[in-house]
Formats: sequence, C-alpha cells, structure tokens
Amino acid sequence: MSKSRSVDGKWPWVFVLPTFAGVLVFYLWPLLKTVYDSFTETGPFGGATWVGAANYSQLIGDSEVYRAIVNTVVYTAIVLLGIPLAVLFASLLNRPGLKGAMVYRTLFFLPYVAMPTAISLVWRIIYNGEYGVLNQALGLITVDGPSWITEEWFALIAVALLGLWMSIGFNMIVLSAGLKGIPAELYEAASLDGAGSAQQFRSITVPLLTPSIFFLSVITTIAGFQLFDQLFALLGPTNPVMPKTQSLVFLFYDAAFVGNERGYAAAVGVLILAVVGLLTLFQFRFQRRWVTYD
Amino acid sequence: MTKRANQQRLGSNRLAHVVLAIGSLAMMFPFLWQLKLAFSSNAEIQAVPPNLLPKGLEWSNFTEVFERLPFLDQFWVSVAVTAGRTVGQLVLCSMAGYAFARMSFRFKGLMLGLILSILMVPSQVYLIPQYQIVQQLGWLNTIQGIIAPGIFSAFGTFLMMQFFKSIPAELEEAARLDGCNPWQTFWKVVLPVAKPGLISLAIITVLASWADLLWPLVVTSSPNEMPLAVGLATLSGYQGSISPGVMMAAALMAMAPILILFVVLQRRVVEGIAFSGLK
Repeated sequence: MSKSRSVDGKWPWVFVLPTFAGVLVFYLWPLLKTVYDSFTETGPFGGATWVGAANYSQLIGDSEVYRAIVNTVVYTAIVLLGIPLAVLFASLLNRPGLKGAMVYRTLFFLPYVAMPTAISLVWRIIYNGEYGVLNQALGLITVDGPSWITEEWFALIAVALLGLWMSIGFNMIVLSAGLKGIPAELYEAASLDGAGSAQQFRSITVPLLTPSIFFLSVITTIAGFQLFDQLFALLGPTNPVMPKTQSLVFLFYDAAFVGNERGYAAAVGVLILAVVGLLTLFQFRFQRRWVTYD
Repeated sequence: MTKRANQQRLGSNRLAHVVLAIGSLAMMFPFLWQLKLAFSSNAEIQAVPPNLLPKGLEWSNFTEVFERLPFLDQFWVSVAVTAGRTVGQLVLCSMAGYAFARMSFRFKGLMLGLILSILMVPSQVYLIPQYQIVQQLGWLNTIQGIIAPGIFSAFGTFLMMQFFKSIPAELEEAARLDGCNPWQTFWKVVLPVAKPGLISLAIITVLASWADLLWPLVVTSSPNEMPLAVGLATLSGYQGSISPGVMMAAALMAMAPILILFVVLQRRVVEGIAFSGLK
C-alpha cells in the first residue's frame, strides 16, 4: 500500500484540522489556562492578578477540601462493592443453557441507560424520611430508618447506593466480555477432576476475570473522584447538608460558578487532575501483584 | 456432558434464577415505583403505609408538567443538543479518525498524541476556560453554546480510527484507481462500510448528551433554554410548589425516549458500550 505524501497531498489536513483545531481551542488551551489560572485571583470586576501559590496554600488549609476527599473515598468504597456483585450476577448470567438471559441482561442494564438526573428524583422520593418506601420497608423489620437525604452521613450513603445501583449494568457488560474469553475446556477439566461449582468459580472464574476486575476498579475509582451528577440531582444543590456531603467536583463547581472564585476553583481542578493521575498510576503498579493476564 | 452432570447444571440453574430474579427486581423496582408514583395523587404518594398499586390513573400529574414547567421547551433543547452533538461527532470524528488510520502527513504522531492526551484529563479541568470562550462568543443560553465543546471528541476520533484500521483497504484502492479524490472515496466508499462503527459512536454520544448535566448547567441560566437534565436537576429550587407526582411524571417523560431507544436497539447499545468500555 503506498500512502506517500504525494498521493494524499493537502487532503489529510482537510480531514484532521477541524478536530485538531477544536481540540486545541476547547481542550488543550483550557488545560493550560486552568493551570495558569490556579496561580491567579479573580477580582470583583473580572480580571486576574498573579498570586503565586496562594490558592494552593488556601487549598491545603481548607477543611472542606479534606471533607470532600473523605466523602469521595467513602462514596468510591461503596460503589466498588458493585464489582463483586456484578461478578456474581454476570457469572450466573453466563451459565450455559440459562433461559431468559436476554431478559435479565436488559433489566440489569436499565439503570445504566436511565438519565441520572431523572432517576435521582425517583430515588429522592424512595429515600424520603417520612413517606419513602425504603423506610417503610425497613419499618417492617422494625428498623427506624433515618431521614436519608438530609442527614450528613446517610445522605452520602444514599448517593453511593444510587451510584452502586447505576454501575452494576456497565460492570456486567465488561465482565461478560471477560467471561466469554475463558475457555470452556478449563471448566470441563475441572469437572472431571471433581471440582464443584463453588471451587470452579474460585479457582477459574475469579482469577481469569482479574484483568476485567482491575479495569473496572480503575474506572470506578476515577469516576468516584469525579462524582457530581447523582450528588447534585439526588440531594439538590441548595440542600443544607451539601457542605458536609460535597465532592471535589461539587466544591470546584461551587467555587467557580456560584462563589465566583475562579482562581481557587482552578486550583481545585488541578488537584482533581493530580489525584486522578496518581490513582491511575498506583493502580497500574498495584495490578501486577494480583492480576492474572493469561 | 453426562446426564448426571446435566441434571446437576439444571438444578443449580434454578438457584441462579432465584439470585438473578432478586437482582433484576432491585434494578427494576425504582422504574416500576416511578411509574406508580407518576399516576398517583399527592395524598396517595405520601400515604403511610403505601399501596403497591395506584388506586386509579391520575393523569393530572402529566398535564401539570406541561402547565407548570417549561417541559416542552427543555425537551426540544435536549433534542437539538443531542442531535447537534451526535451529527457533529459523527462527521468530525470519522474524518479525523480516517486520516489517522489511512493517511500519512507531517506531525501526524504529534497531533494524534495531543488529541489522545485529553482522554486522561478529567473534564472539569477544562470547564472554566470553556465557559469563558462560550461567554465571549455570546453563546450563553444558546443551543450552539451547549453543543460547542462536545462535538470535538478525542474518544470518538480514537474509536473511529480503530474501526477504520480494522476494515480492509482494497475498496479504497479501487475507488482511487477509478479517479476518486480522497474526499469522494471517504464519502462514497468508506462511510457506507463504516456503519457499525458510526452506530456505536452515535449510541454512546446520544446517551451521554441526553444525560449531560455539568456543562449545560454552567452555560444556561434561563429555564426555557436548558436541556431536560438541567431542568430536572434544578427542580428542587421550586420543590415547595412542584408536587412529587408531577416530578415523577416529568422524570418519566424525560427518560422515556432513551429507554425506548435502548429497548429497541438493545444489542447495538450493549455492543457499543462494550466497545467503548474496552478503549
């Protein structure tokens, strides 16, 4: 195949420049601008003055930032529980000869395609402290449920349970792809050796799924540090509990577009960038210890 | 497999059905509950204990959505934004993806590297400067303002590039020998073959644009110019006056188009997400 410059001429630029120019203007320039802005302060009439590392020292001393990080860790830890659940559901769903697999697949996947802001409103009513169906169900087993969306830690747990519920369908898609890659002979050989279902699950399914499980934990953790939609839509931006349950992205949004502290918000943005980058690196290093790739 | 082993499998499939049924009920319940609430009167919604089935069909929740909320305006904003972003991405990403897959030119590696590097960066990092650009263009509270950054996609470019690399180049060679220029080859020969890749990208973009909250929240402020995602998320502002039943009816109508699309195109949607998930 000859694809020399003389053949293609100016054509490649016609194809590439619209996207490259758009990425340059709307992404690469904003990235640099945000890093620059994080060293400035926005005046009351716009305009920015260089303040050195002041925003970062403010960031380090800001208890809201620490709280947001703690919230994010708690949220992510709960959503990560969706991975073992999805492993269980996906491996059951992929059993040979299981009838109605397509129906189950559709149902499990519904929460993932539902619009987060719309389904969050439904959950808000399910979680309602007075008439919500969750507390009424808890009442049946004589548990007095909390006012989920207005109490500090319960509100965060409520957001996380919503996140977990939404994540399972996507987790199952990724895991199903992984399950299809496990050769059937392995199970047959194990059966001949007298290994039961539980043992096969433990010694074949789980180890061979580790690449998918690893991939999902990276994606889930990164998404956890970008928590915004469910938090905003389930609790409502003016919820008095928000300062105690907010995520880093909410803090960023609030500083940038409600409080009009652009410089400080940019510093929070850089912090998000750093945390997400470090997490990715850490997970990639850590994976070597427990991931089976063949 | 022996008969006994088969029977064992069938026996344990029964257990699998029990577990999967419990799981899918948990997945389905909020949707069923929403349906029930949307057709219930306010008194019924707040009844303790709740009745599992509505007493009658309370259509007033739905009529009230149109009377009290700018639902139709927001619906059309959502449709326009989703259509604009999707068409924009299909055109731009397939063009760029094709060039990166098939053509050679100066700075190709550098440009591709720069484009792909933005995949690693959380989208919030771009938000303030993007807002300032759109503000300077005078595009706040406009459809084009909501669409603008989202038609350029590193992920879409990568997806299409991978797709073009996976299809054989013979057809294009033939078209070239027939005297087609690269644009004609791309438009008449390549795109028709690239349909599965384009459909995957379209599905992912439609899902993401319909649901997108943060960007449109930042660039719109008047309720008539917002997409549905923002309209619903900021409803709590008037929670006092908007009853739960009306909220449920609005949420139901807002996500209905996507749920219908999903049920009709299910296989494609799952394939598209799996394809995109394995980037």
